[in-house]
Amino acid sequence: MKKSLMLVMTILLTVTLAACGQGSNTNNTASNTPDTSSNTGSTNNTATEQTEELSGSVLAVGSSALQPLVDEASKKFMDLNPKVSIQVQGGGSGTGLTQVSGGQADIGNSDVFAEEKLEAGPAAELVDHQVAVVAMAAVVNPEVGVDNLTKDQLVKIFSGEVKNWSEVGGADQAIQIVNRPSSSGTRATFEKYALGTKTEDLEGSIQEDSSGTVKKLVAETPGAIGYLALSYLDDSVKTVKYEGVEASIENVTNGSYLVWAYEHMYTKGEPTGAVKAFLDFMVSEAVHEDIVELGYIPISEMQVTRDVDGNITK
Amino acid sequence: MARSNDSRRVKQHIIEEWTGKILTSLCIVLLVVTIFSMVYFVATKGLSSFFKNGISLAEMLGGTSWKPEGNPPMFGALPFIFGSFATSMLAAVISAPLSICAALFMVEIMPKLGKKVLQPAIELLAGIPSVVYGFVGLSVIVPLYRDIFPGQGLGILAGASVLSVMILPTMTSIATDALRALPAGLKEGSYALGATRWQTLSRTVIPTTLPALMTGVVLGMARAFGEALAVQMVIGNAPHIPNSLFQSTSTLTSVITLSMGNTVMGSIQNNVLWTLALILLLMTFVFVFIVRWLERRAIR
Amino acid sequence: MSAKTVDRIATGVIILFAGIIVLIMVGLLGFILVRGLGHISFDFLTSPPETIRAGGGIGPQLFNSLFLLVLTLIITVPLGLGAGIYMSQYAKPGKVTDSIRLIVEVLSSFPSIVVGLFGLLVFVNTFGFGFSLFSGALALTVFNLPLMVRITEQGLASVPQAQKEASLALGLSKWKTIRSVMLPIALPVILTGTILAAGRVFGEAAALLFTAGMSSPRLDFTDWNPFSPMSPLNPFRPAETLAVHIWKVNSEGLAPDAPEIAAGASAVLILTVLLFNLLARFVGRQLQKKFTASR
Repeated sequence: MKKSLMLVMTILLTVTLAACGQGSNTNNTASNTPDTSSNTGSTNNTATEQTEELSGSVLAVGSSALQPLVDEASKKFMDLNPKVSIQVQGGGSGTGLTQVSGGQADIGNSDVFAEEKLEAGPAAELVDHQVAVVAMAAVVNPEVGVDNLTKDQLVKIFSGEVKNWSEVGGADQAIQIVNRPSSSGTRATFEKYALGTKTEDLEGSIQEDSSGTVKKLVAETPGAIGYLALSYLDDSVKTVKYEGVEASIENVTNGSYLVWAYEHMYTKGEPTGAVKAFLDFMVSEAVHEDIVELGYIPISEMQVTRDVDGNITK
Repeated sequence: MARSNDSRRVKQHIIEEWTGKILTSLCIVLLVVTIFSMVYFVATKGLSSFFKNGISLAEMLGGTSWKPEGNPPMFGALPFIFGSFATSMLAAVISAPLSICAALFMVEIMPKLGKKVLQPAIELLAGIPSVVYGFVGLSVIVPLYRDIFPGQGLGILAGASVLSVMILPTMTSIATDALRALPAGLKEGSYALGATRWQTLSRTVIPTTLPALMTGVVLGMARAFGEALAVQMVIGNAPHIPNSLFQSTSTLTSVITLSMGNTVMGSIQNNVLWTLALILLLMTFVFVFIVRWLERRAIR
Repeated sequence: MSAKTVDRIATGVIILFAGIIVLIMVGLLGFILVRGLGHISFDFLTSPPETIRAGGGIGPQLFNSLFLLVLTLIITVPLGLGAGIYMSQYAKPGKVTDSIRLIVEVLSSFPSIVVGLFGLLVFVNTFGFGFSLFSGALALTVFNLPLMVRITEQGLASVPQAQKEASLALGLSKWKTIRSVMLPIALPVILTGTILAAGRVFGEAAALLFTAGMSSPRLDFTDWNPFSPMSPLNPFRPAETLAVHIWKVNSEGLAPDAPEIAAGASAVLILTVLLFNLLARFVGRQLQKKFTASR
């Protein structure tokens, strides 16, 4: 008994020590596994045609909205580079930025610009890689009977001024807001570009962080209104036009539909090795169809760009 | 020869004695260190919103408006504290009669059937993961309440309903233990005096075991207070004190799960969440002290 | 109203309430199983999840849950046994012992989310284990340890005093007595308790969201070297357990069959917990039989 106890303890200790070693490995960057030499050559390659084999492990943490895309892309990337292991974690934009800034993760996925969450100092150390665009649309319960809302109407609804759908041309039903928590990146985007103003959490409003739950609640609750990324839209909820413009990919790319945001993948300093190769891969043709299939819009198709303050240039 | 043998044996004896003592004490030390470091880490994080960010304690505990991203930001956590207490107390109120009756059934009325049917049923309830409870709550209880009552179905009552089932096993098992521990003479005396079963139960059994039954209720409440995922799914999460049982509101745990991932560590928005976690931690201590106090009364 | 009538009514009410509990249980179980069982197949249990396409499985998640459980037990059982032995055999009654007991009690009633946050802060960020199985196992250990201590104490308390004294009288040291006389006798109680506790670990999600993470990297089931990053046995890889997967699929699932996957996974989870309960009973009974027969 004693011996076995000791044995277990020893194993534990060994494992712990190994952990410390390995933990710091992954933290540094992705470049330290047996053959370091192969890494150096890989930096100038596009991911699709490797001349030398990449290796290492990459840890990407953050936005749960971006996670599915990075997940899919990482699977493809690992098929091409079997020696690279990419780990994609959810946890929210805040977690992603914290961890990339603190050095625990190689890539921090975020729905918002780092400047909006981090203080100026740490934010300046991060390098932004915009990999896709996500557009959002206001959705309502199908029985509401509204198919277009102006900015003004939306502001009135979300600030509680308008309480019944009949006031904006719909059925005689009380409005039920299904919002996101005030810390959410999706909400920040919606408020910034659709409402143009911050709103307060109203009494009786519902707040859910996850798109799945928002969709379920909007679909089931009479008079409900919420907002979702285009990838989550389906027939269970009714998508309303914004200022008469439909939330379509085409309208986003040509700049006529404004409620969209970049999906960011941040690195601390300029990326190298496998991390760089993967980030290049994320915006390459190979991932293009995944981006579209998942309901995002590839950066390359955008005819407009936007900076952190929201200024749009063609 | 025999002497040295003896002394060697004594020596070995002593060594053995000490290995045992040291090994086991090490485990205990580790346990103690864990809890102290936990309190330490959560407290330093939680208190930094007062010391570093300069939020006043009065605003935190007494304020009713929660706008962490507002300008100026406001951090009144009273709605969450209220929500946590309201939901867990209501859950305990629903669950207490059910669990005490279940215990009475198993110990006093039909022990055989109780052991065969009720006991496994309750053990199974204990084993169902909280995520599944939340899932069922969102797909069954919320739509049901939406149809029956005014409002959207989400709110304190929905949260309490889900929680009451979750804490049922804790409360029942403690009540069962208390009833089983009751000396048989007490009941027999009552029956011998010609009392009916209910008279025996209501006048002798329940009053004597009351502190122990209350222990169960408090422990159940403590569990309800700390439950996160299931509650978050059905409570609605509006940061306001609700006007009715069917209006969306928040608990301490639901705010933490909702916003922790979205905020950056070290920022004021993140620090206040740790403060909420600290409040949860302190409440655990309060609950444990209440339980201790009740237990002392039970012994007397 | 006569005392008899009151008695009958009261008995009726008690039976009714007991019936309600059974009904709730049956309803819950029925709801989950009816919705989920249809979706369970060998393929569902073994194939990896899909992000956007239908037909994803829960293979890695199931493996992660089991592996995490094993890891947790490897850490918890020796520690819990040690601490439990100390509490029941070595600790002298007094203030210190009392306060330790209080600490164990407090630890056992900590909200799981607070444990998860502590894990995030200490295991994931400060110690740098990252989102990994190991961080998750440590967080679960924090939960499970007090339970294990209590179980060990109960087990040792069930050993007849005479047995212990007889062994001590034979000149065996206390440690030897505990190891070779008391622990074997206490084994059925401890084992049953451990298995039941294990069932609870299996369903935990709140603490793991913050420690073990929400993604499952590709696993290479041919690579069993615990230090290679794609090996299923590597304890330092992020791992999504079944309970966390249900939470994720429910909240962010993009796959068209997300509700079915959630339902199927819930059913699997419940069946596993059920299995644990049955196993605990069975093992307890078998050991009891063995010991009573040999005596």
